[in-house]
Amino acid sequence: MPIAGGTDLLVDWHHRLGAEEKTLLDLSRLAPQRSLEWTRDSLTLGALTTYWDVIVNRQARKEFPLLESAARQVGAIQIQSRGTWAGNIGNASPAADGVCVLMAYDATVLLASVDGDEEVPLSDYYLGYKRSRRRPEQLIRSIRIPRRRTTAQVFEKVGARRAQAITKVGLAICRSEAGWRVVAHSVAPTVRRCPSLEALLEAGAQISSPADLLPAIRQDVAPIDDLRSTAVYRETVLSRLFHSAVADRGIGRRDEP
Amino acid sequence: MNGSTGERKTISFTLNGESVSMEVTARERLLDLLRYRLGLPGTKEGCGEGECGACTVLWNGLPVDSCLVPAFQAEGRTIETIESVDPAALGPFHEGGATQCGACTPGVVITARWILDNPGLLKTHTVRELMAGNLCRCTGYDGIIESIEAALDTQGGN
Amino acid sequence: MRRREGLAKLTGRELYTDDLAVPGCLWGATVRSPAPRGRIREIRYSDSVDWSEFTVVDHRDIPGPNEILLIESDQPVLAADRIRHMHEPVALIAHPSRDAVRRALGAISILVDPEPPILDFLADPGPEQIQHGSDNVFSRLEISKGDVDRVLANAARIIEGEYHTGAQEHVSIEGQAMLAWCDGDVLVVKGSMQCPYYVQKALIHALARDSDHVRVIQAPTGGGFGGKEEYPSTVALHAALLTLKAGAPVKIVFERGEEMVATTKRHPARIRHRTAVDGDGRLLAQDIDVVLDAGAYATLSPVVLSRAIIHAAGPYHCDHVRIRGRAVLTNAVPFGAFRGFGAPQTQFAGERHMDRIARIMAIDPVDLRRQNLLRDGQSTSTGQVISDGTDREAVLDRALELSDYRARSDAHAEFNWTHPYLRRGINFATIFHGAGFTGSGEVYLDSRVHLAGLPDGTVEVLTANSEMGQGATTIFVQITCEHLGLAPDEVIVADPDTARVPNSGPTVASRTAMIVGRLIERAGDDLIAQLGLAPGTRGSAVREAIIAWHQVHSGEALLGTAVYKPPSTVQWDDEKYRGDAYGAFAWATYVAEVEVDLRTCGVRVTDFVAVQEIGKVLNETLARGQIQGGVAQGIGWALFEECRWENGAMANPQLTNYILPTSADLPPLRVEFLENPYEHGAQGAKGIGELPIDGPAPAIVNAIATAMGVDPCRIPLTPEVLMQLESGVPR
Repeated sequence: MPIAGGTDLLVDWHHRLGAEEKTLLDLSRLAPQRSLEWTRDSLTLGALTTYWDVIVNRQARKEFPLLESAARQVGAIQIQSRGTWAGNIGNASPAADGVCVLMAYDATVLLASVDGDEEVPLSDYYLGYKRSRRRPEQLIRSIRIPRRRTTAQVFEKVGARRAQAITKVGLAICRSEAGWRVVAHSVAPTVRRCPSLEALLEAGAQISSPADLLPAIRQDVAPIDDLRSTAVYRETVLSRLFHSAVADRGIGRRDEP
Repeated sequence: MNGSTGERKTISFTLNGESVSMEVTARERLLDLLRYRLGLPGTKEGCGEGECGACTVLWNGLPVDSCLVPAFQAEGRTIETIESVDPAALGPFHEGGATQCGACTPGVVITARWILDNPGLLKTHTVRELMAGNLCRCTGYDGIIESIEAALDTQGGN
Repeated sequence: MRRREGLAKLTGRELYTDDLAVPGCLWGATVRSPAPRGRIREIRYSDSVDWSEFTVVDHRDIPGPNEILLIESDQPVLAADRIRHMHEPVALIAHPSRDAVRRALGAISILVDPEPPILDFLADPGPEQIQHGSDNVFSRLEISKGDVDRVLANAARIIEGEYHTGAQEHVSIEGQAMLAWCDGDVLVVKGSMQCPYYVQKALIHALARDSDHVRVIQAPTGGGFGGKEEYPSTVALHAALLTLKAGAPVKIVFERGEEMVATTKRHPARIRHRTAVDGDGRLLAQDIDVVLDAGAYATLSPVVLSRAIIHAAGPYHCDHVRIRGRAVLTNAVPFGAFRGFGAPQTQFAGERHMDRIARIMAIDPVDLRRQNLLRDGQSTSTGQVISDGTDREAVLDRALELSDYRARSDAHAEFNWTHPYLRRGINFATIFHGAGFTGSGEVYLDSRVHLAGLPDGTVEVLTANSEMGQGATTIFVQITCEHLGLAPDEVIVADPDTARVPNSGPTVASRTAMIVGRLIERAGDDLIAQLGLAPGTRGSAVREAIIAWHQVHSGEALLGTAVYKPPSTVQWDDEKYRGDAYGAFAWATYVAEVEVDLRTCGVRVTDFVAVQEIGKVLNETLARGQIQGGVAQGIGWALFEECRWENGAMANPQLTNYILPTSADLPPLRVEFLENPYEHGAQGAKGIGELPIDGPAPAIVNAIATAMGVDPCRIPLTPEVLMQLESGVPR
């Protein structure tokens, strides 16, 4: 099992007897992998790039504010300093804040193995709860984020407190020349794009109340009751956050530049 | 590394300014190494799941939860624990009520020291946001936050 | 004065139990029941482990009665045949390797023939669910004043309410930790605890030893909050049994998950109010019913219930009051002591109810409190006449002034009218808290304190009271210095060690500074008298006299002693539950300002003001820290901290799922003290430690009610719960 920052793998480690009996493959010494590389068309995050690396990167903050917003809301500094974007993808949690914003920016995942590299769009990466297209022999080599002219972007995370919180319901909305992207997390077995909500935005549909959104939301996601929240709460909050983003902030208005 | 084979690995790292070299297994956490094998019990375990921050140490200069760090990753790193903190620098914390029961305190002081060493962080972050990874059950945080602010003021005056 | 052990804690040099390196020490662990109720059929030890390497203990290894000595002594040290709650201790194992212990725990299965548990404390138990007496009620208490039935029958207006409060986990950052070893034929137990003499008594009882052969030492303790009041007796007994059998030192250190599933918590409660009010908002009659979930064993529930009902009517005058309370058994983990001890539950209900009365009667909530606040010469529900000279209206007024209550209320009304999804509110709670043991409790404790004059002229304070973060050590030094005119480096404080210190009572009930501090002063007077000095002698004369005394009495001990005597004015009737419940009350008004995001129903506390009268403030920094810490715990209890239950056990025993507030969740907590010295407290001090947990929950929930126009009657008020209430609120 590959290990980078260990912030997921080592939780409650002392009770996970036998967990270490899998061979741990330590990636943490591949120092060059801890990078932000800019080209004309994209930003590439290395396999070991941490949340903190992005938080302190002025260019990333400016051009991809949702990355910073999500990173600052992951745990607190102790997690941000060790947790990696690639690890967030690899762990495949439906509550992954980093995955949510990367997906909203149309990021792709570069998987590497002895057989060569394979690039997978993050929005196609997950097959189900904690399942992904990554084969055991593949490692995440990097994450590529296209540089686009973004005209609107929002990230909303709802957790039980303002830091150190696992997301109960989360939402990222991004509009660029590629169109609208709406991504929700903690409301389905995987972080996922919401095509019905995207279609509403593309069509410039009038959304007069959060309740109007429920049919689209129910097509896109399937929240559950668990220790952290309820399905009803998640669905309701998602509808209200989306509505508020569109109505109160006006990001969906057609006359917007 | 593989734990089932009992594989051991020798690692070398810098701990509180000194070189350390020792054998570790795949199962050991940095926290256990510090507390039970290196005789540095100042770093506390509060939860074992990376929530409370009592086990915070500086890892190449950044705060990390040492309960979430496998010991073998220490190879080549620089680690600083509470034992490295200069008591003379703690006046504002003593004065300001930053400690009560003391169990969260070593982690709090380590994170505080990181802030004091990097005051530029406050251009983008508040002290409360930066301290949010250190749970304290005694102080309600005011004693901690005010002590850091007082220490920053003292520092700024120098 | 700065905290005595502050620098040791700030530099990580303070050594807690788990920090002590003990050669040859074994790690002990507890084998726990997998079911909430039943009969133990078999304990099966799998062949996958070489048990000859382990020390294994069960109930047959207990030399004395299999009971944890407490009020009822109904709780076994290790379950013998019957299980009463999930995670109940059944057996113990020890081994030099902690990982070996963890693996071995997984190789032991306890087979239980299930019996029907009762998991809902408000449900009537069926015949097959009765496990205590005829009705599962551990304790029943009633306070009665005037003629409630008559007044209610004739009242024009009766306002009713039902309130629920949830369990709360202490989450001291250091969990339960205990080290045991044998020093010759003396069993020594050292660990994290509030009350060394409670632990010693429990060891003497179940191990059938005398006090000369059981020594208990309090190690530096990383937080208590009541969680280390009675529970450490269990851990100490377990460590002791293992060490006696193994012949080696044994350490038991709970990890967070075990701490959360296995140890006591704050009692869940349901409180009902029926209140008769006249048109001006004067309280005519209060009829209050309190039910506490006690969990599987009685522990301290009878006294928690006592404090709960005594505080249930609030700091108000009313001629006709009836408060009935009961603590009932369920097959949940036993609930126990937690800061506030029942009073936070009943004052949440009381102050939420006052706010509802104000709303329903369209009376200003400030006027309602002002109208009914106790004035000197009036009496509490137990008939205790209050005559302490405190201006309780001034406490209320100062809190409203400091929080800018009126102006902010107006500003919020306007803000709420215009903002699409944020709602702001400010509201408050008026509270009181009795310090020290209830009623005759302090008399029964018979506390004593020594002050020793040492040959070098230093004075040593000998008490059994523990430093657990609240500042006891510092306060003791300060009181001694102040009383005898000594410098801080001329006073030392003995570690609480039953082999050295007298029993000055437990470190609970906000009694340490007020009661034990006063005993220190009186022991100082006794020391002066023994030295032949004039009463009131201070400073170098005391020091020189101590040195001179030792030159004459070489090798002897110079001990000033004081034993508790109740103030002559305090009268209490245990039978009728009437009289002076406490020597002194602290009084407070707490104001909370909140902002609710209607999209998520998330609540942010944006300002908090705590104004209290606590007698004389002995140490401003420590006192402020106690209030702020208590308020933070109260905010947690009100909004974040929820124990989710499954089979009577906590289903969310991780700090990632049991939510404590972080620094980012709390505003600066603004604290102010008004002082009215209490003549029987050390230097005029009253108790302070518990008061601050009584006020935040009602103040915050009242503020949410104001912000949103909803009527919440249950805490924790999580966003999920609030959303259900809010569905009708127009956006």
